[in-house]
Amino acid sequence: MPLLILLSVPLFASLVLAFIGDRKYAPEINIFGSAATFAAGVSLALDVYANGPMLAGGKFFFVDAFNVYLAVLTSFVSMTTAIFSRRYMRKEREHGRVGPIRMRFYHAMFQLFIFAMLLCLLTNNVGVLWIAMELATLSTVLLVSLYRTPSAIEAAWKYFILCGVGIALALFGTVLLYFAAEKVLGEGGEALLWTNLSQVSGKLEPTVLSLAFVFLMVGYGTKVGLVPVHNWLPDAHSEGPTPISAVLSGLLLNVALYALVRCKVLVDGSTGTHHAGDIMMGFGLLSIIVAAFSLLRQKDIKRMFAYSSIEHMGIATFAFGLGGPIATFGALLHMLVHSLTKSSIFFTVGHASQMHSTQEMDRIKGLIRGNPLVGWGLMFGVMAIVGMPPFGVFTSEFLILTATIKDAPFLTPFLLLGFGVAFAALFRRVQPMVTGPAPSYQRPIKAAHIPVIFHMALVLAIGIYMPDFLNQWFHRAVELLK
Amino acid sequence: MNTSLAANINSFLAAMVLLTAFGMLVQRRMYGLIHLFAWQGFFLSISTAIVGFVAGAHHLYISSILTLSLKVILLPYILHILIQRLKIHKEVETIVNVPMTMMIGIALVIFSYHLTAPVRELSTLMTRSTLAVALATVLLGLLMMITRRHAVTQIIGFLAMENGLFFAATSATYGMPLVVELGVALDILIAAFIFGIFFFHIHTTFDSLDVDQMARLKEED
Repeated sequence: MPLLILLSVPLFASLVLAFIGDRKYAPEINIFGSAATFAAGVSLALDVYANGPMLAGGKFFFVDAFNVYLAVLTSFVSMTTAIFSRRYMRKEREHGRVGPIRMRFYHAMFQLFIFAMLLCLLTNNVGVLWIAMELATLSTVLLVSLYRTPSAIEAAWKYFILCGVGIALALFGTVLLYFAAEKVLGEGGEALLWTNLSQVSGKLEPTVLSLAFVFLMVGYGTKVGLVPVHNWLPDAHSEGPTPISAVLSGLLLNVALYALVRCKVLVDGSTGTHHAGDIMMGFGLLSIIVAAFSLLRQKDIKRMFAYSSIEHMGIATFAFGLGGPIATFGALLHMLVHSLTKSSIFFTVGHASQMHSTQEMDRIKGLIRGNPLVGWGLMFGVMAIVGMPPFGVFTSEFLILTATIKDAPFLTPFLLLGFGVAFAALFRRVQPMVTGPAPSYQRPIKAAHIPVIFHMALVLAIGIYMPDFLNQWFHRAVELLK
Repeated sequence: MNTSLAANINSFLAAMVLLTAFGMLVQRRMYGLIHLFAWQGFFLSISTAIVGFVAGAHHLYISSILTLSLKVILLPYILHILIQRLKIHKEVETIVNVPMTMMIGIALVIFSYHLTAPVRELSTLMTRSTLAVALATVLLGLLMMITRRHAVTQIIGFLAMENGLFFAATSATYGMPLVVELGVALDILIAAFIFGIFFFHIHTTFDSLDVDQMARLKEED
């Protein structure tokens, strides 16, 4: 039952918001819908926590420790983003960047996007997983081009085309997967159900599955934003409205990685080798290094944090590829803390660029003087994202590093190089932005403080003390992904 | 209809699909492109119906009708209207290095045969030999998207890739489960709606549908 509510609330909210349009209370409905989704997510999680994995809707949905935690995370971040977007988008309207029709569109599509991601996470059918992923792309394409500036349209077009191609290759991989599954499970929809596939994965034809994984890796990897198929990501993140950057970076990338990891489990079961893991490690490490060095060259603040997202998704992909209990635990934790930290950073970045009417870092100065919450929020966010203790990212990166030293010691220097360069690049840029006197062109704004404080407090809390239920939860997910 | 005859007809249709894919790769005129795309969908839909008939897989009839209505009638019609509205139907695209593109295309076909060899050996279906053609169609669509600079052409390349995927599903497994086929069709429909909007946005913003104009977002050195 909570599952049904979880999926139907965003869909229903999307219809309602499309219908009522740009009324005064539309942002509140948006917040209310997301909050209801979050409540349903929590109750579903409690259910699964108490009673273990469950199937629902005639085997159409499947919930276990792995996807339910991502579903809760998705609904939580979408709720805080909705709170943030209320003040942020109001300001954008005052600046005349969006009109009433686009606001209607924005709200409706935001909820549809949340629905697509939740469907992607909760479905049991690998084919429907693909469809939901495509729907998530399609619902955000026109949000990226919301401002209709030439660069926004260019970014959205790139996003549409590149992700379209990527996801097409993933469908070919899914066809191959179905081909192998059909031999064992017989024809029909049953053969694409993940619960069935994972039971018989040992009998699936290894040559076909290795081939399928290459396509799935490139396909879903495009959506994760892995190098060398990452080109759409910095553009889409920097040109879209900031709430959309926050959910793209904090949620969509996670969901794509989720799809990839699910497929990897099947391929591992079939081949019995580390073939799929090796491919993921390669892509992950390349992403870390390339993104870290690209961070150094950025001038646009949102673009810089987009590259930081590529780096962190690279870290998680690398850790999943490495496998083993510690690395997998680290990767799961990393997905959680990165999502919380990065969306919080985007909230403050959005306000910072509103205060200075620019995204150019050279012109953003004196944030702490101008607005302490935005300034300190950004400062702490960056400290967290570069992996400084006591924030949660430190814990996850430390775990991943430990596992690397144990299982693949020759890769440790590369990993450390990536961490180090990213650290230096981000700090060098952020310090002048937050400190110093406020420039004359800075304008005061009313910032949305609840989301930022909430997110940072959570990241800090996870870093200092990991609650027992979270620990157990991850352990169960690690068991599933063995 | 006996199976070997059906397999022969199917191979012939697969050859036609591949031919149209190569045709699209070098077709300069907008209308010509759309017609080729419609033909490709037509061959695909006939092939699907024949496979459905011979193999007794009746859900393939639905897929076949879906292909016919979506990719032969609706999408070409939408593209036609868009092109007329945007007044670009007389535009002739310059394509650089046709021989080179063709050579790469041929290499991709050979590569596809090589890549799908293990699948072909495992399969017992009469359509197994066409899987390589399906993958080749996907890759040729991809090549088209890379080499061409016009927004409409890129979209047709994208749709041709989708055709190849559909063909792959039919030849490898007699089609995906119906819920997946329907979902994919829905996604394509939404995509069609979105690129329609996009053409207008690009046209009004850049005064042309040449995507080379879009070069603002680059890494600065």
